[in-house]
Amino acid sequence: MESKFEVSKLNLHYGQFHALKDVSLSILPHEVTALIGPSGCGKSTFLKTLNRMNDLEEGVTIDGKVTLDGRDIFRDMDAISLRQRVGMVFQQPNPFPKSIYENVAYGPKLQGIRSKVKLDEIVENALKGAAIWDEVKDRLKKNAMGLSGGQQQRLCIARALAAGPDVLLMDEPTSALDPISTSKIEDLCAQLKKDYTIVMVTHNMQQAARISDKTAFFLLGEVVEYGDTDQMFSMPKDKRTEDYITGRFG
Amino acid sequence: MEKKSLFWKEHFWRGLITCCGLFVIVLTLAIGAFLVYKGSGTFTKYGHSIFEFLFSSKWSPADNSTGGGSVGAAVYIVGSLSTCGLALLIATPFSLAAAIFMTEISPKLGNKFFRPAVELFVGIPSVIYGWVGLTTLVPAIKKVFHLNMGYSVLAAGIVLAVMIFPSITTVAADAIKSVPIDYRKAAYGLGATRWQVIYQIVLPAAKPGIFTGIIMGLARAFGEALAVAMVIGKMRSFPKSILSPTTNLTSAIASDMGGAMEGGEYNTALWTMALLLFLISLLFIFIIHRIVAQKGEEKDGNK
Repeated sequence: MESKFEVSKLNLHYGQFHALKDVSLSILPHEVTALIGPSGCGKSTFLKTLNRMNDLEEGVTIDGKVTLDGRDIFRDMDAISLRQRVGMVFQQPNPFPKSIYENVAYGPKLQGIRSKVKLDEIVENALKGAAIWDEVKDRLKKNAMGLSGGQQQRLCIARALAAGPDVLLMDEPTSALDPISTSKIEDLCAQLKKDYTIVMVTHNMQQAARISDKTAFFLLGEVVEYGDTDQMFSMPKDKRTEDYITGRFG
Repeated sequence: MEKKSLFWKEHFWRGLITCCGLFVIVLTLAIGAFLVYKGSGTFTKYGHSIFEFLFSSKWSPADNSTGGGSVGAAVYIVGSLSTCGLALLIATPFSLAAAIFMTEISPKLGNKFFRPAVELFVGIPSVIYGWVGLTTLVPAIKKVFHLNMGYSVLAAGIVLAVMIFPSITTVAADAIKSVPIDYRKAAYGLGATRWQVIYQIVLPAAKPGIFTGIIMGLARAFGEALAVAMVIGKMRSFPKSILSPTTNLTSAIASDMGGAMEGGEYNTALWTMALLLFLISLLFIFIIHRIVAQKGEEKDGNK
């Protein structure tokens, strides 16, 4: 299978701090790839590199090559069009203080879509895609801040979907949510991977085991082990991986 | 024993602080009551109508306690409104641009250099603004527009604009800064450019704070007496254009209060102007509270 993201020899520095060391891995389409590892290991930094959100921070230098469908994301693409193709969902649900409709319509509007009919259709499909349509269809004009945390997070997924990406990056999307909302998001991921490629940072081992196809274990900026999730959780190759997933450190 | 003394202290400080707090409230109410008492004489003792005071331009109150003059303050009111309106028109775009620059475009430069510089403006005594306006602005306006004299609504508007610029800027900058970073991240993540993030996400979210800043600036402009009095020309006629001189409420109070007989019609009419200023600032504060309350509601999602 042709890989979606191909990362080779990626090095990233925050000033003097070497945050990612020679990271190379391939992310396959229509799979959920989980990034695990202790805090500060570079997994979120790696995630943010994939849609160049790191560009917004100061003192970040990046070497190495990352391609999306064969195109170099640093040299052949600008950050704006990259981010339209690679959507992101954050740790804290962060809807805009606007109506539910306006939240979801924001991405397509940025891309210049003005037609009301078209926007209505995109918004409905995105909300359905994020499994929240039935809960909000009667109050699309209401402020999104009135939704519960779990609903807000699904709204944020809908907002990302509406921009028409083919990859979704999720940075610990359920760490601020209750167990029921968490399982809804997990079910959703299983649905979404039919149409999208998902890369997810998670602190929750069980979550990684439950929903991901591939897992990458990060430690001190390096990828210690990367492979099939089933394989890694049953028979980790590296001692450090084993220690981490069995809860001996981290 | 020790416990008792602790309680004693507790009660003492609590009592003292409560008294101080109540004192401020009492003082405000007292000022209000005093202004109402003094200012209402125009309508009760001298029998003028509120309509006359607000909308007539015939201003010749008698300087004695028999009355019989006229107290139309419309020229002063229009003078205040036009100078403040002009000041707001000039200052708001600059203030917003400055606030955006120092928070979004160049926060480093903004925090280190720009913000302290802007805050310095707030501390400059108004007489200095007036004096600089008088010696540079008034002659410049006279020269540029070929007028007989440079005293004008425009001069007052510009001086006021410079005076309120820092108030609006700092409040607006604080409002922009307090917009959660998460909103910006979300918008960038969807492929928005920096300008789109500022214009479509940050500014709308900061709108209540920005309005509060504008109204605080307006309140300051309304209450300013000295600087305006120095450049407005103090001519008691409606301004024909922004280039003509006029006068305003605060200038009238400041220049005439010393000469008018205590308790006379003239004196009382000036008190009525003071009452009007007080009511206007109350109105501004009321508006600010409404805006802030609305903001709170939006946050809770009860919009």
